[in-house]
Amino acid sequence: MLADKDRIFTNLYGHQSPGIEAAMKRGDWDGTKSLIEKGRDWIIGEMKESGLRGRGGAGFPTGLKWSFMPKESDGRPSYLVVNADEGEPGTCKDRDLMRHDPHKLIEGCLIAGFAMNAVAAYIYIRGEFYREAEALESAIEEARKKGFLGKDACGSGYAFDVYVHRGAGAYICGEETALIESLEGKKGQPRLKPPFPANVGVWGCPTTVNNVESIAVAPTILRRGGTWFAGLGRPNNTGTKVFCISGHVNNPCNVEEEMGIPLKELIEKHAGGVRGGWDNLLAVIPGGSSVPVLPKDVCDTVLMDFDSLRDVQSGLGTAAVIVMDKSTDIVKAIARLSEFYKHESCGQCTPCREGTGWMWRVMERLVEGSADKSEIDMLLEVTKQVEGHTICALGDAAAWPIQGLMRHFRGEVEARIDAYQAKAAE
Amino acid sequence: MPTLTIDGTEVTVDPGTTVLQACEEVGVEVPRFCYHERLSIAGNCRMCLVEMEKAPKPIASCAMPAGDGMIIHTNTELVKKAREGVMEFLLINHPLDCPICDQGGECDLQDQAMAFGRGRNRFDENKRAVEDKEMGPLISTTMTRCIHCMRCVRFSEEVAGVPDMGALYRGENMQITTYLEKTLDSEMSGNVVDLCPVGALTSKPYAFTARSWELKHTETIDVMDALGSNIRVDTRGAAVMRILPRLHEEINEEWISDKTRYVFDGLKSRRLDKAYVRKNKKLTEASWADAFAAIKKKLKAIKGSEIAAIAGDLADMESMAALKDLMGTLGSKRVECRQDGAALDASIRAGYVMNSGIMGVEDADYLLLVGTNPRLEAPSLNTRIRKAVRHMGLKVANIGSSEDFTYPTTEYGNDASLLKKVLGGRHEISKALKAAKNPMIIVGQGALTGASGSAVLKTAHDIADKYCIKDNWNGFNVLHTAAARVGGLDLGLTTQGGIRSIVEDAQAKKLKAVFLLGADEIDTSVFKDTFVVYVGTHGDEGVKNADVILPAAAYTEKFGSYANTEGRFQRTDKATFAPGDAREDWTIFRALSDVIGNTLPYNNLKELRTRIAKDVPNFDDLDMLHVNSWGDFGVEGDIKDTEMHVAVTNFYQTNPVARSSQIMSDCVDARSELAEEATGTHG
Repeated sequence: MLADKDRIFTNLYGHQSPGIEAAMKRGDWDGTKSLIEKGRDWIIGEMKESGLRGRGGAGFPTGLKWSFMPKESDGRPSYLVVNADEGEPGTCKDRDLMRHDPHKLIEGCLIAGFAMNAVAAYIYIRGEFYREAEALESAIEEARKKGFLGKDACGSGYAFDVYVHRGAGAYICGEETALIESLEGKKGQPRLKPPFPANVGVWGCPTTVNNVESIAVAPTILRRGGTWFAGLGRPNNTGTKVFCISGHVNNPCNVEEEMGIPLKELIEKHAGGVRGGWDNLLAVIPGGSSVPVLPKDVCDTVLMDFDSLRDVQSGLGTAAVIVMDKSTDIVKAIARLSEFYKHESCGQCTPCREGTGWMWRVMERLVEGSADKSEIDMLLEVTKQVEGHTICALGDAAAWPIQGLMRHFRGEVEARIDAYQAKAAE
Repeated sequence: MPTLTIDGTEVTVDPGTTVLQACEEVGVEVPRFCYHERLSIAGNCRMCLVEMEKAPKPIASCAMPAGDGMIIHTNTELVKKAREGVMEFLLINHPLDCPICDQGGECDLQDQAMAFGRGRNRFDENKRAVEDKEMGPLISTTMTRCIHCMRCVRFSEEVAGVPDMGALYRGENMQITTYLEKTLDSEMSGNVVDLCPVGALTSKPYAFTARSWELKHTETIDVMDALGSNIRVDTRGAAVMRILPRLHEEINEEWISDKTRYVFDGLKSRRLDKAYVRKNKKLTEASWADAFAAIKKKLKAIKGSEIAAIAGDLADMESMAALKDLMGTLGSKRVECRQDGAALDASIRAGYVMNSGIMGVEDADYLLLVGTNPRLEAPSLNTRIRKAVRHMGLKVANIGSSEDFTYPTTEYGNDASLLKKVLGGRHEISKALKAAKNPMIIVGQGALTGASGSAVLKTAHDIADKYCIKDNWNGFNVLHTAAARVGGLDLGLTTQGGIRSIVEDAQAKKLKAVFLLGADEIDTSVFKDTFVVYVGTHGDEGVKNADVILPAAAYTEKFGSYANTEGRFQRTDKATFAPGDAREDWTIFRALSDVIGNTLPYNNLKELRTRIAKDVPNFDDLDMLHVNSWGDFGVEGDIKDTEMHVAVTNFYQTNPVARSSQIMSDCVDARSELAEEATGTHG
């Protein structure tokens, strides 16, 4: 269990004020200037050393990502974009970070922006996060007043500012290139890669898009050293992580924990255990709606980090743990996710546009059982036809929950078809 | 120069080539829907997925730049499955109404489903239906068939320059629309029909009239503007069913204007299919023999110096040459081709053609428009300018009426006298011309038709002389609006005083007879007291005061030579026969000369062309651009009438064929409705 001294988000629950004075007491904006003075290479080096992997879901090493940005400008400015379009069902960590601890993010923006030679940071925040946008705006204003942002940020001589841009509530705008399109005022549709945003991003300029949590942890990592962060968790899965535990638990919560904590421990220690006891557990979706579901027997032992969850054919994703007890209609639950992806598909590329609707319709029939058993394999084939064939990862995200369902609960689906047919035969 | 391996074949390609293009270079076919070489890459249909070694998943070959050492497979099981999967997805919500779809027979979806599809359907759910959209008189929509390739959206935004189209809604509810359900505000809108790989956007005038496989294709040349766009005329029996563009990189790429594409119904209506002779002030049908006899009788009493001839905008060079020769046998040298009164000088070819060539626009870095609106006068040229502005950094300045050119211009007002200041060298434009590597001036007919036309021409010449003539670069260009004009000037069909003096002589009753060869863009009421012989195709302006009408062949009905605004010689091919008694124009003059008793010395087209080639250099060197030697032209003088004309105001009705077309008339209505809405003063 994470020791209190190793906690980064000390105001995750909003017990203290989110204002700058309180934040500074918690250690934010402490010696930011000296961090900047250590230079770009040092910052990126420390970030690489820390082993921090992107907290938005894909888990790409953050330090490496920053190092892709051009060292010298070719005349175009560089930008940092913070992805605060937290839309993954089950995920609510960035919301609390921004509401209660906005200065961690703002300071992170400055340091990350400096590390990649960016002229400004844009925080693209989900439209529904009205209070959080307010909190950010006021935090930015406070930081400007203190001289932490602006022409001479923190007295370092580096000019940098942070702007908040509110989205309009499309899940796909959380995909980094769709977010860039949306930020530019266009229809939120993912772009083709290559070129990657580090080459051609916002308004055609080099851009790095990072998740809120990835940026917000950066100042603390730099203050305490990459090795400190790397010492937490397991190799390649280092540091702390904010987990969002929801569903059939006694005490749904956000909690910062060490990477690699056993799932069972996470739920029992922090969320008050599964409703009706651990044995009442049916399944857990460990990383937000996009990753495949895990049945109880896997949940008994699995560790919560990128590699362990990948080994059991799921993923850490955004670390949004959705707990389902035995009262859950698992087929219906997954069908609901299919509907979500059908609704949120941007419609740009063929497999996702056509496939998500098809998968959802079949899923809806499977909920009732009014299908043929052969359709299960057909559905799986359709998920394979979508997976990996699309421009962005939404196609994969739509396919994986269904694949997870069939991997672990195929019997349940088949039983339903049998029951339906038996009833029809009467 | 990356070298990659495609299905075991090694190929080295230029940097920036995509994998798909590299595949094409080694002759490997990759299916695609959204990819189009003239549009930006969308990569959204996912049909072109191929396997790349070391990549975790199949890659979209249309979007992936070819890299050194890539190993690409297009014939593996994985690729086959990916294609089958995408094909299945495209078809599940497609109505499969091929039997009632106009795209049938030339449908990419149909063809590729045959080649790459699985051939069976597993989709048991209801299909999606989409409401059709209103896109004006030219484009018929069946949006349920749409596969969302976005070609039409990209075309209108990138090529046509009118961001009128786009996608609304998300996921499977996404719809392609014009947002406000209105006519596309473009002269190039018909091209989206060609671009649409399925039957979602089809040609409204052509709807349900023919199947592609019943049509005879004739490759020919367009005469609606002076570019000589390459077209294919599709006919069934005697009727022209539709007109499509042909690829010509140096002229029209693969676009044509709406007038070029949709004018075809004008070839069927108001046609002259009989000869007429005016008897007792009334035009009455006549046989060829009677008509010729009437002309012969009348001309007997008229001296050669009292006869003139005017060649119209659509005349082919053969007809004009035969007319000139006929006039010669009658003792007249008064044959005029500049019916708009443009002060062009036929003696120096460089003074009346587009010396930089249409392609030159892409090499130029500074373009000065003088009294021209290429958007209406030559839409395909305008898209080329837009392309150069967008991708090659061309800067455009405009002296003339301020219009929406679809690209940004620096406006200097409609003031021809500004040219004198530009020549002076102190003006902003002079500096820009001087600084430019390949400066280009395009002088429009609007600048040359005023009273100071020849002075404008001279000043433009001097400016070009000072700034635009370099080694291997001549930046002086004249943009014509009439397909016939350069050919007419090449044949020397100019007279002292031009059209004005002919009109004055007619009003002073000094002119006794006039031959009009399709000359419909002049006010013929001035010839009330003149004996008028009209040779042409349509019952248009020219016939109003005609005494004898001789029916002739339209551009789709004859073998004719045209020199386009660049001076490039091209020839039309005969797609159908002229209606009724109508004959190819030159044969009419040849036959008439025979009746008059002084037979023209050629018995067939070949002999006539040999005769033209004697006067016109390079006449047989088809589809080539030749460097024209630079010289002096225009007349020194003050530029008095400073405001320049606008050569084309009504894009859709510039010639007798277009004026007879119902479709063109519908377009005029639709576009004027748009303009009215735009003012916002109604209601």
